[in-house]
Amino acid sequence: MPSEKRLRIKTLVMVFAMIVCANAGDLLLKYGMVQVGTVELTAHGLSQAFWQTVTSPVIWLAIFFLSGFMVSYMTVLSWADYSYVMPAGAFGYAALTFLAVVFLHEPVSPRRWVGVVLICVGVLLVGQTRPRTTEVPSEAAA
Amino acid sequence: MHLQFIAGLAALILGSTGGEIAITRGMKAVEEPSRLRPKAVLQFLARAVRNGWFWTGVPLMALSFFALLLLLSWAPITLVIPASALSYVVGTLGAKFILDEDVSIARWVGVILVCVGVALVAAG
Repeated sequence: MPSEKRLRIKTLVMVFAMIVCANAGDLLLKYGMVQVGTVELTAHGLSQAFWQTVTSPVIWLAIFFLSGFMVSYMTVLSWADYSYVMPAGAFGYAALTFLAVVFLHEPVSPRRWVGVVLICVGVLLVGQTRPRTTEVPSEAAA
Repeated sequence: MHLQFIAGLAALILGSTGGEIAITRGMKAVEEPSRLRPKAVLQFLARAVRNGWFWTGVPLMALSFFALLLLLSWAPITLVIPASALSYVVGTLGAKFILDEDVSIARWVGVILVCVGVALVAAG
Protein backbone atom coordinates (compact mmCIF):
# COMPACT_ATOMS: atom_id res chain seq x y z
CA MET A 1 0.00 0.00 0.00
CA PRO A 2 1.44 3.46 -0.85
CA SER A 3 2.80 5.15 2.31
CA GLU A 4 0.60 8.28 1.79
CA LYS A 5 -2.57 6.16 1.72
CA ARG A 6 -1.38 4.06 4.68
CA LEU A 7 -0.63 7.26 6.66
CA ARG A 8 -4.11 8.62 5.90
CA ILE A 9 -5.85 5.37 6.92
CA LYS A 10 -3.97 4.93 10.20
CA THR A 11 -4.51 8.63 11.06
CA LEU A 12 -8.27 8.34 10.46
CA VAL A 13 -8.42 5.10 12.52
CA MET A 14 -6.67 6.82 15.46
CA VAL A 15 -8.84 9.97 15.19
CA PHE A 16 -11.91 7.68 15.22
CA ALA A 17 -10.53 5.92 18.35
CA MET A 18 -9.98 9.37 19.96
CA ILE A 19 -13.57 10.42 19.26
CA VAL A 20 -15.10 7.14 20.49
CA CYS A 21 -12.99 7.15 23.68
CA ALA A 22 -13.63 10.85 24.46
CA ASN A 23 -17.40 10.59 23.93
CA ALA A 24 -17.74 7.28 25.81
CA GLY A 25 -15.55 8.61 28.65
CA ASP A 26 -17.50 11.87 29.00
CA LEU A 27 -20.90 10.12 28.90
CA LEU A 28 -19.82 7.46 31.45
CA LEU A 29 -18.33 10.15 33.72
CA LYS A 30 -21.57 12.09 33.60
CA TYR A 31 -23.61 8.92 34.25
CA GLY A 32 -21.30 7.96 37.14
CA MET A 33 -21.44 11.40 38.75
CA VAL A 34 -25.25 11.47 38.46
CA GLN A 35 -25.25 8.18 40.42
CA VAL A 36 -23.02 9.80 43.07
CA GLY A 37 -25.54 12.64 43.28
CA THR A 38 -25.16 16.30 44.28
CA VAL A 39 -21.95 16.75 46.28
CA GLU A 40 -22.36 18.69 49.53
CA LEU A 41 -19.52 21.16 50.06
CA THR A 42 -18.79 20.04 53.63
CA ALA A 43 -15.96 17.84 54.93
CA HIS A 44 -18.39 14.93 55.39
CA GLY A 45 -20.09 15.51 52.02
CA LEU A 46 -16.76 15.68 50.16
CA SER A 47 -15.31 12.57 51.81
CA GLN A 48 -18.53 10.65 51.11
CA ALA A 49 -18.49 11.76 47.45
CA PHE A 50 -14.79 10.84 47.17
CA TRP A 51 -15.40 7.26 48.39
CA GLN A 52 -18.47 6.86 46.20
CA THR A 53 -16.44 8.10 43.22
CA VAL A 54 -13.38 5.86 43.70
CA THR A 55 -15.52 2.78 44.35
CA SER A 56 -17.81 3.34 41.33
CA PRO A 57 -17.16 0.87 38.46
CA VAL A 58 -18.77 3.34 36.03
CA ILE A 59 -16.27 6.08 36.98
CA TRP A 60 -13.36 3.63 36.53
CA LEU A 61 -14.73 2.66 33.13
CA ALA A 62 -14.91 6.39 32.28
CA ILE A 63 -11.27 6.82 33.39
CA PHE A 64 -10.32 3.82 31.22
CA PHE A 65 -11.90 5.43 28.13
CA LEU A 66 -10.46 8.89 28.89
CA SER A 67 -6.99 7.29 29.25
CA GLY A 68 -7.64 5.59 25.90
CA PHE A 69 -8.38 9.03 24.44
CA MET A 70 -5.07 10.43 25.76
CA VAL A 71 -3.05 7.46 24.46
CA SER A 72 -4.64 7.60 20.99
CA TYR A 73 -4.17 11.41 20.89
CA MET A 74 -0.47 11.14 21.84
CA THR A 75 0.04 8.26 19.37
CA VAL A 76 -1.53 10.03 16.38
CA LEU A 77 0.43 13.23 17.15
CA SER A 78 3.65 11.22 16.84
CA TRP A 79 3.16 11.10 13.06
CA ALA A 80 0.32 13.48 12.05
CA ASP A 81 0.09 17.30 12.10
CA TYR A 82 -1.48 18.96 15.15
CA SER A 83 -3.36 21.27 12.75
CA TYR A 84 -4.86 18.13 11.10
CA VAL A 85 -5.76 16.10 14.21
CA MET A 86 -7.19 18.94 16.33
CA PRO A 87 -9.98 20.07 13.94
CA ALA A 88 -10.67 16.47 12.83
CA GLY A 89 -11.33 15.56 16.48
CA ALA A 90 -14.14 18.15 16.54
CA PHE A 91 -16.24 15.67 14.56
CA GLY A 92 -17.05 14.25 18.02
CA TYR A 93 -19.36 17.23 18.67
CA ALA A 94 -21.31 16.44 15.52
CA ALA A 95 -21.41 12.71 16.34
CA LEU A 96 -22.75 13.47 19.85
CA THR A 97 -25.60 15.48 18.35
CA PHE A 98 -26.55 12.58 16.02
CA LEU A 99 -26.39 10.12 18.95
CA ALA A 100 -28.55 12.43 21.11
CA VAL A 101 -31.19 12.58 18.35
CA VAL A 102 -31.16 8.85 17.50
CA PHE A 103 -30.92 7.30 20.97
CA LEU A 104 -32.16 9.97 23.39
CA HIS A 105 -34.71 11.59 20.99
CA GLU A 106 -33.45 14.99 22.23
CA PRO A 107 -34.78 18.06 20.42
CA VAL A 108 -31.99 19.93 18.59
CA SER A 109 -32.22 23.65 17.81
CA PRO A 110 -31.72 24.89 14.21
CA ARG A 111 -28.64 26.82 15.43
CA ARG A 112 -27.08 23.56 16.63
CA TRP A 113 -27.85 21.83 13.30
CA VAL A 114 -26.09 24.69 11.47
CA GLY A 115 -23.11 24.12 13.78
CA VAL A 116 -23.14 20.37 13.00
CA VAL A 117 -23.16 21.06 9.24
CA LEU A 118 -20.27 23.57 9.56
CA ILE A 119 -18.23 21.05 11.61
CA CYS A 120 -18.84 18.27 9.04
CA VAL A 121 -17.86 20.50 6.09
CA GLY A 122 -14.83 21.81 8.02
CA VAL A 123 -13.66 18.30 8.96
CA LEU A 124 -14.09 17.12 5.34
CA LEU A 125 -11.97 20.07 4.12
CA VAL A 126 -9.22 19.41 6.68
CA GLY A 127 -9.48 15.65 6.03
CA GLN A 128 -8.58 15.98 2.36
CA THR A 129 -5.30 17.81 3.14
CA ARG A 130 -2.09 15.84 3.76
CA PRO A 131 -2.05 14.43 7.35
CA ARG A 132 1.65 15.22 7.75
CA THR A 133 3.47 18.23 6.33
CA THR A 134 6.60 18.19 8.51
CA GLU A 135 9.64 15.93 8.38
CA VAL A 136 9.86 13.03 10.82
CA PRO A 137 13.25 12.57 12.60
CA SER A 138 13.97 9.26 10.81
CA GLU A 139 13.36 10.87 7.39
CA ALA A 140 15.38 13.96 8.34
CA ALA A 141 18.30 11.75 9.39
CA ALA A 142 18.13 9.63 6.21
CA MET B 1 -15.35 41.52 35.30
CA HIS B 2 -14.68 41.83 31.54
CA LEU B 3 -10.93 42.02 32.02
CA GLN B 4 -11.08 39.09 34.42
CA PHE B 5 -13.06 37.04 31.87
CA ILE B 6 -10.63 37.89 29.06
CA ALA B 7 -7.62 36.96 31.24
CA GLY B 8 -9.29 33.66 32.21
CA LEU B 9 -10.17 32.90 28.59
CA ALA B 10 -6.59 33.70 27.52
CA ALA B 11 -5.25 31.30 30.19
CA LEU B 12 -7.73 28.62 29.05
CA ILE B 13 -6.89 28.93 25.33
CA LEU B 14 -3.14 29.50 25.63
CA GLY B 15 -2.86 26.77 28.27
CA SER B 16 -4.67 24.14 26.21
CA THR B 17 -3.10 24.98 22.85
CA GLY B 18 0.36 25.60 24.37
CA GLY B 19 0.12 22.26 26.19
CA GLU B 20 -0.97 20.38 23.08
CA ILE B 21 1.74 22.01 20.96
CA ALA B 22 4.39 21.03 23.54
CA ILE B 23 3.04 17.45 23.59
CA THR B 24 3.01 17.35 19.76
CA ARG B 25 6.66 18.44 19.70
CA GLY B 26 7.50 15.77 22.27
CA MET B 27 5.64 13.01 20.42
CA LYS B 28 7.33 13.90 17.11
CA ALA B 29 10.71 13.77 18.91
CA VAL B 30 10.17 10.30 20.44
CA GLU B 31 9.10 8.78 17.11
CA GLU B 32 5.91 6.86 16.39
CA PRO B 33 5.25 3.28 17.56
CA SER B 34 6.80 0.78 15.14
CA ARG B 35 3.44 -1.05 14.92
CA LEU B 36 -0.02 -0.33 16.32
CA ARG B 37 0.18 -3.31 18.70
CA PRO B 38 -0.12 -3.07 22.52
CA LYS B 39 3.58 -3.84 23.15
CA ALA B 40 4.85 -1.26 20.64
CA VAL B 41 2.38 1.38 21.93
CA LEU B 42 3.48 0.74 25.55
CA GLN B 43 7.13 1.12 24.50
CA PHE B 44 6.16 4.37 22.75
CA LEU B 45 4.40 5.63 25.93
CA ALA B 46 7.48 4.76 28.01
CA ARG B 47 9.59 6.89 25.63
CA ALA B 48 6.96 9.66 25.68
CA VAL B 49 6.86 10.09 29.48
CA ARG B 50 10.67 10.46 29.53
CA ASN B 51 10.46 13.43 27.14
CA GLY B 52 10.78 16.98 28.55
CA TRP B 53 8.20 18.44 26.14
CA PHE B 54 5.58 16.04 27.50
CA TRP B 55 6.18 17.40 31.03
CA THR B 56 6.03 20.97 29.68
CA GLY B 57 2.63 20.23 28.14
CA VAL B 58 1.01 18.55 31.16
CA PRO B 59 1.19 21.58 33.56
CA LEU B 60 -0.01 23.89 30.76
CA MET B 61 -3.04 21.64 30.23
CA ALA B 62 -3.62 21.60 34.01
CA LEU B 63 -3.50 25.43 33.99
CA SER B 64 -6.10 25.41 31.22
CA PHE B 65 -8.34 23.08 33.26
CA PHE B 66 -8.19 25.34 36.33
CA ALA B 67 -8.87 28.39 34.14
CA LEU B 68 -11.96 26.56 32.83
CA LEU B 69 -13.19 25.93 36.39
CA LEU B 70 -12.67 29.60 37.28
CA LEU B 71 -14.39 30.82 34.10
CA LEU B 72 -17.37 28.57 34.78
CA SER B 73 -17.73 30.17 38.21
CA TRP B 74 -17.72 33.65 36.62
CA ALA B 75 -19.79 33.19 33.44
CA PRO B 76 -22.48 30.83 32.09
CA ILE B 77 -21.33 27.65 30.34
CA THR B 78 -23.20 28.72 27.16
CA LEU B 79 -20.74 31.63 26.93
CA VAL B 80 -17.55 29.91 28.15
CA ILE B 81 -17.53 26.82 25.90
CA PRO B 82 -18.38 28.65 22.63
CA ALA B 83 -15.69 31.26 23.46
CA SER B 84 -13.17 28.46 24.05
CA ALA B 85 -13.74 27.28 20.45
CA LEU B 86 -11.30 30.07 19.51
CA SER B 87 -8.59 27.59 20.52
CA TYR B 88 -9.01 25.91 17.09
CA VAL B 89 -7.74 29.09 15.42
CA VAL B 90 -5.07 29.83 18.05
CA GLY B 91 -3.89 26.18 17.88
CA THR B 92 -3.59 26.36 14.08
CA LEU B 93 -1.55 29.58 14.36
CA GLY B 94 0.72 27.77 16.85
CA ALA B 95 0.99 24.77 14.52
CA LYS B 96 2.05 27.05 11.66
CA PHE B 97 4.49 29.34 13.50
CA ILE B 98 5.84 27.09 16.27
CA LEU B 99 5.63 23.58 14.78
CA ASP B 100 6.30 24.77 11.17
CA GLU B 101 3.33 22.81 9.80
CA ASP B 102 2.21 23.72 6.30
CA VAL B 103 -1.33 25.04 6.80
CA SER B 104 -2.93 25.24 3.35
CA ILE B 105 -5.88 27.49 2.47
CA ALA B 106 -8.21 24.44 2.53
CA ARG B 107 -7.04 23.55 6.03
CA TRP B 108 -7.51 27.16 7.23
CA VAL B 109 -11.06 27.31 5.82
CA GLY B 110 -11.81 23.95 7.46
CA VAL B 111 -10.46 25.10 10.83
CA ILE B 112 -12.52 28.31 10.75
CA LEU B 113 -15.70 26.37 9.84
CA VAL B 114 -15.00 23.92 12.68
CA CYS B 115 -14.40 26.81 15.11
CA VAL B 116 -17.73 28.51 14.25
CA GLY B 117 -19.51 25.13 14.17
CA VAL B 118 -18.28 24.10 17.62
CA ALA B 119 -19.25 27.52 19.02
CA LEU B 120 -22.79 27.10 17.60
CA VAL B 121 -23.15 23.49 18.84
CA ALA B 122 -21.85 24.40 22.31
CA ALA B 123 -24.19 27.39 22.51
CA GLY B 124 -27.08 24.90 22.08
